[in-house]
Amino acid sequence: MAFTRAALSRRTVLKGMAGAAGLLSVPNIIAACTSGASPTPSAAPTAAPTAAPSAAPSAAPTAAPGSVKFAATWSGDTDALKAVAEKFTAKTGITVKFNTPDPQTFSDQIVSYLQGTPDDTLTWYAGYRMRYYAEQGLLHDINDVWSTIESNYSDAFKAASTGNDGKQYLIPFYNYPWVVIYRKSVFADKGYTIPTTLASFKALGDKMKADGLVPLSFADKDLWPAEGHFDIFNMRVNGYQYHVDLMAGKAKWTDPRTEAAFTAWKDLLPYYAGITGAMGRTWQEGINEVVNKTAGMYFFGTFAGTAVTDPVVHDDLDFFTFPTLGTAYDSEMAIDAPINGFLMAAKSPTLAEDIDAAKAWLEYLASGEGQTAFLAANPNFVACAKDADTSGYVQFQKRMAEIIGSAGAIAQFLDRDTDPVFATQMNSFLQTWLNDPEQDMTKFLKSIQDFWDSLGIA
Amino acid sequence: MAASTNAAGAAKRRRRFSLLTRRDKITLAVLIGVPAVIHVTLVWVPTICSILLSLTSWNGIGGLENIKYVGLDNYVNMATVYPPFWPALQHNLIWLVVFLFIATPIGIFMAVLLDKNIRGTRFYQSALFMPFVLSLAIIGFIWQLMYSPNEGFINTVLGRNTESNLISWLGDRNLNLWAVLVAASWRHIGYIMVIYLAGLKGVDSALREAAIIDGASETQTFLRVILPVLRPINIVVIVITIIESLRAFDIVYVINKGTNGLELLSVLVTQNILGQGSRIGFGSAIAVVLLLISLGPILLFLTRSYEEPA
Amino acid sequence: MTAVIPDRMARGEMVRRRRLRPKRIALYAFLIATALLWLFPILWAVYSSLRPYSETQQFGYVSIARSLTLDNYVNAWSEAQLPMRFLNTIIIVIPALAIVLLLASAIGYALSRFSFRFNLFLLMLFTAGNLLPPQVIITPLFRMYLALPLPAPLSDNGTWYDQYFGIMAIHVAFQLGFATFVLSNFMRTLPREITEAALVDGASVLRTFWQVILPLSRVPLAALSTLLFTWMYNDFYWALVLMRSGDKRPITSALNDLQSMFFTDFNLLAAGSVIVALPTLIVYLLLQRHFVRGLTLGSTTG
Repeated sequence: MAFTRAALSRRTVLKGMAGAAGLLSVPNIIAACTSGASPTPSAAPTAAPTAAPSAAPSAAPTAAPGSVKFAATWSGDTDALKAVAEKFTAKTGITVKFNTPDPQTFSDQIVSYLQGTPDDTLTWYAGYRMRYYAEQGLLHDINDVWSTIESNYSDAFKAASTGNDGKQYLIPFYNYPWVVIYRKSVFADKGYTIPTTLASFKALGDKMKADGLVPLSFADKDLWPAEGHFDIFNMRVNGYQYHVDLMAGKAKWTDPRTEAAFTAWKDLLPYYAGITGAMGRTWQEGINEVVNKTAGMYFFGTFAGTAVTDPVVHDDLDFFTFPTLGTAYDSEMAIDAPINGFLMAAKSPTLAEDIDAAKAWLEYLASGEGQTAFLAANPNFVACAKDADTSGYVQFQKRMAEIIGSAGAIAQFLDRDTDPVFATQMNSFLQTWLNDPEQDMTKFLKSIQDFWDSLGIA
Repeated sequence: MAASTNAAGAAKRRRRFSLLTRRDKITLAVLIGVPAVIHVTLVWVPTICSILLSLTSWNGIGGLENIKYVGLDNYVNMATVYPPFWPALQHNLIWLVVFLFIATPIGIFMAVLLDKNIRGTRFYQSALFMPFVLSLAIIGFIWQLMYSPNEGFINTVLGRNTESNLISWLGDRNLNLWAVLVAASWRHIGYIMVIYLAGLKGVDSALREAAIIDGASETQTFLRVILPVLRPINIVVIVITIIESLRAFDIVYVINKGTNGLELLSVLVTQNILGQGSRIGFGSAIAVVLLLISLGPILLFLTRSYEEPA
Repeated sequence: MTAVIPDRMARGEMVRRRRLRPKRIALYAFLIATALLWLFPILWAVYSSLRPYSETQQFGYVSIARSLTLDNYVNAWSEAQLPMRFLNTIIIVIPALAIVLLLASAIGYALSRFSFRFNLFLLMLFTAGNLLPPQVIITPLFRMYLALPLPAPLSDNGTWYDQYFGIMAIHVAFQLGFATFVLSNFMRTLPREITEAALVDGASVLRTFWQVILPLSRVPLAALSTLLFTWMYNDFYWALVLMRSGDKRPITSALNDLQSMFFTDFNLLAAGSVIVALPTLIVYLLLQRHFVRGLTLGSTTG
């Protein structure tokens, strides 16, 4: 039944990558994520990935097995996570008790969840949001787990998992890029070529329109997809550093550079699907437009593939990096490539008794073995552990690894890189802009800046 | 005569109370106390707290020591730098106006029509009232089947369901509030009809007959004779209408979480509590605005219900 | 005078009957059209829910059904785990209903039979409490729920948050307003002689309540039951905010969770909606009289 269980909310899947400005050494992250799929840059400081099962629970207690509670909130991934849990249980005897709430509701209620009675471990994402909760004391640090698994991750990943107090809180599991997705057969049929510059992108868009296709499918009912678009335009026009500064409040929304990003976006709006229609469309319906050949391209995370359940169509999907826009940052080729990972909740009522089991579980998840087990069922992402066996990667994943590998800078998603309250309101701002791109930009950007200022963020 | 009887009666009751056994007095205290404590603790204490919290800034994490007093800052921010506030207020007012001047009058009209001796009146009443027993969330789902841009009933029948010419009833911020109001009115009209019908049945038929004898047309009869007599019901209907329109939440939340043209004060309050970051103080300020607007109809209902001597 | 009026009335009647014929037909036509228009969305949902997905994908939803199937119902029932959610609803609503009726009768009785100085104030408090929008109290309530302790059998996490008990409590507290209003109004109409007779006979206040007042209040109690059941069953907000476990949520709030599952499949969504709407529809169709009576009692005093 192709139409059931197709939901995978980006919120749950996408929760950002450590966007700590400058903390990430991009080449290292690329090395970590793409071992085996692309030439490792010379700056990789860590040892060559060994094939040894590095997550052998050396620190795990071999005494009474016990159990650990786990909130799995990446909807399409629950079965894959359960498969991983089964392997873990077979190996260590520890049971993993799953809690599978609705993903969107879960992230909507994360603050109360973490303060109330959370599970011992939970799926989440790196970034400001992770560090924010760590700072509020809602997460339990996992330094000791990290001391065991350190060798399996690059410095960049360790940095992404570190909170403001220097301790680690996250286990990175997988990540994926935001790219322009299309169907190979459609491009072949109509003789389209992959655009790499603004001019060729526009030309392709014109051709698609002439052929009766909507060039760029767009779906913003879920509110956050527009953020991905803003991110890419901002990074192409102003560079990764400016984007990160803007997210942190160090650069201003009223800066002319921000306006330039919006101008570049406006320039391409004619190629987007109708905005009012898009506002009523979920992201699954967005990728469906490409699947049904009513639209040519879709700028989205590769996890859009989880909504494409027909394997023939899935194999027909391919993607390319968003084209350059003819600015000074063309060579940087920054993209959004958020990481998903796991946290330990400090306020779990059962944490005291489960802590060893929880640590063992996290260790296993940090191993190549665990990550490969997961990806076997879910070829829409790539693993983060060094010893993950990438030989089993399908074409889709290899392409992902390539793209992440060739990016010069990797950001989180907007709502992972910035204050949560601001991000929620930003969705509204973006929708307002999309509904009326011709509005007075000075006024519009000032309203964003005023809102930021009113939040009193340091 | 009535006065002295009342006074005597009251005196008797007072005497009787003091004649009650101690056990009975305790029972009474429990009978009154338990419900009162529950109600006050879970409804009124939070109301007071909302008012107090609206003067603070708190991110919802940690204990009471994290609460900071900020005076009226929340209100100022709400009115100046918080973009959804004024649209939400506007939408609430539109909701109110549509309910008061379109939906409720239609309900009254249907009640008047059904007040005549008509065969099958049960059927018509049931049909009109049925939406009321459905949750607004379910109504949101059912109407999405009608409003869906590509596959919904309305667009298909109108022939407007292809990419190039589709009407996005729920995605177009100029249309969606009205689309939702249609669905909400669908439910509201039946509610008003039932209440008003009951009121109409209580009208003394002699009044109606007298008016007819005097040569009044039906409309005149209704407007000049019946309507004034139904003043108590009219007030109830007005109060219910206002309260129901201020309570709207479920349907917009189910459709698009209350964004892009469907902002409402109730949604804004919720958004500031749920979500990945919360602003308890700020959300409370919005809640207080909602409270202030609700006080009007509440006081109206109270004075009307209890103006007779107790 | 009295002799004249009947004649004129009779003549008026006849005139009315003759003149109104076409008008009556128009009236009936209008009423039938309106009733069908009103029922249409529900009927459309039922119709869509009975059609196989493949067929609607092929021919669209606005088409004559070539085949009907109950598959969507079966799928909605099992995939959305509806039985579990219905159970949640029963666990929350039935006890809450019983408690509200009991407490409202208790306080309605006490306030209507015995005059205290604060009677009016309490009644006003309850009435006003019923009219508040829930969002006015949600923020502090939410924090309260996270902070208040609740012992083990009633709570599996030590607080009121995310517990059946918590939702029951707020339902009780919130609906007490309306229920008290209705029952106290009603009980004021009960003749004093009955209670006085009981008291004179030496019955305690409690016995009078149980054995005299409650049985006499069967009518408003039945009416209130239908209304309160419907309102509690239809609750979306409380469980949305005060619960986080997907599998503990009662049926209506659970629908929000199910949206993402059913989004691209309208047939399933329709079937799910019909299943969820069914209990309230059945209660309504069977107990319509009580419904209407309840609303009437709640909108008039005495």
